[in-house]
Amino acid sequence: MYTASDLRKGLRIKIENDPYILTEFNFVKPGKGQALYRCKLKNMVNGNQFERTFRSVDVFEAADLQEKRMQYLYKEEGKYCFMDNESYEQIFLSEDQVGEAKNFLLDNIEAEILLFEDRPLGISLPNFIDVIVTKADPWAKGDSVSGNTKPVTVQTGYQLQVPPFIEEGEKIRIDTRSGEYLTRVKG
Amino acid sequence: MIENDSWKLTVRADALRLRARMIRAIRRFFLDRNFLEIETPLRIPAPAPESHIDAVAAGAWFLHTSPELCMKRLLAAGYSRIFQICKCFRAGERGDRHLPEFTMLEWYRGGADYRTLMDDCEALINTVAREIGLGGVVSWQGRRIGLNAPWERISVRDAFTRYATISAAEALRTDRFDEVLACEVEPHLGMEIPVFLYDYPVEQGALARVTEQDPGIAERFELYIAGLELANAFSELIDAGEQRRRFEEASRNRQRKGSPVYPMPERFLQALPRMSPSAGIALGVDRLVMLLADKSRIDDVVAFTPESL
Repeated sequence: MYTASDLRKGLRIKIENDPYILTEFNFVKPGKGQALYRCKLKNMVNGNQFERTFRSVDVFEAADLQEKRMQYLYKEEGKYCFMDNESYEQIFLSEDQVGEAKNFLLDNIEAEILLFEDRPLGISLPNFIDVIVTKADPWAKGDSVSGNTKPVTVQTGYQLQVPPFIEEGEKIRIDTRSGEYLTRVKG
Repeated sequence: MIENDSWKLTVRADALRLRARMIRAIRRFFLDRNFLEIETPLRIPAPAPESHIDAVAAGAWFLHTSPELCMKRLLAAGYSRIFQICKCFRAGERGDRHLPEFTMLEWYRGGADYRTLMDDCEALINTVAREIGLGGVVSWQGRRIGLNAPWERISVRDAFTRYATISAAEALRTDRFDEVLACEVEPHLGMEIPVFLYDYPVEQGALARVTEQDPGIAERFELYIAGLELANAFSELIDAGEQRRRFEEASRNRQRKGSPVYPMPERFLQALPRMSPSAGIALGVDRLVMLLADKSRIDDVVAFTPESL
């Protein structure tokens, strides 16, 4: 349980069966009046936002959120299957829940799954992954100008811009947060 | 990991210098007008019981939430012009405009009512502004506010009629007075010239005298400049029986909310019958520095916040 004095930006609370995150928080108190807590809240399931003013007598239930380390197994009918490495329990995430991470789901990659009362909300991947380039136009040495890039496709199907010297079959490192090329990986 | 934040102290240098000059100017203003500077204990056995102000415990006693009880005992003993600049402590108050430990200026006048204090505010803030090189205009967060007297005076009832979606009476009845005041009224107050919001419902003026015309209205005002609440003033309640009833009512409110209930300030109540009609005011010094230094956060006008200790 939280009381109003625990409220702060980033706090995650449960309201009517959904988890919410406080995206804005302001303490106001007129003169000798009661303390008011003006908050902006975002529903962590559907992303809806709203404003609400709480009072010092209000109490809040903590959102029961946990991150679990799980392994990506396969995709089937638009669902992504992950397995808990300890319990071997399997769960399915929708396209929405996986979000941008779908571009970097290598077979058997380990991800942190954010769960709210055992309902998956989202996924976070390691910041960097190494992937094999499966499709790239050959490097025509003559027409390379510094700063030029070319599009390639990697083994997950993701397309990105890389320097022109990257060849098909090479391994590259990608930052999963920005989706950008970082460096060529030898070996 | 503790971040190295000594740079925060460096970037505050200008605000801290301005603050020091302002405090010097405030002190001179009162000394020039024959006010006696007083120091009263920060640690007291019984803070004034107020429904929504929580004291910080210090041993079996408390840190004062305002010096008013001791200041008024001095008034009752015949000190008719007194002022104090001191730290006050209020548990749980932290926001862009609140620190749990803040600096208060209080001054009291025997033989005066709250109207005299409005004149004092106009003179004081103009003097301080001039002293730090501001003309008759202050800029705060992109707004220009003229300081030349007289300032606007609007009653609580009229302000609700003008700015709020419901009347003050309706807001009181539905227990939304503070919310509507803070969210709908305050943002409009003092945006062109400073505003005295005056004559509060008596429930909102625990230590204020009621007006002659209406026992439901307390002679209390708040000063707002650029939406910032700067000062709270009363024509002091000097009826000890009535004061005790209001303290008991506030204590009952506190008990109902599960807040700590404080001992009755008996010595203050004993002294009250000897007090002649008087008026007193508390002005937040940090807020005044925010205004004149054009800072949006109270953090920017103090050297240290609780979080940086």
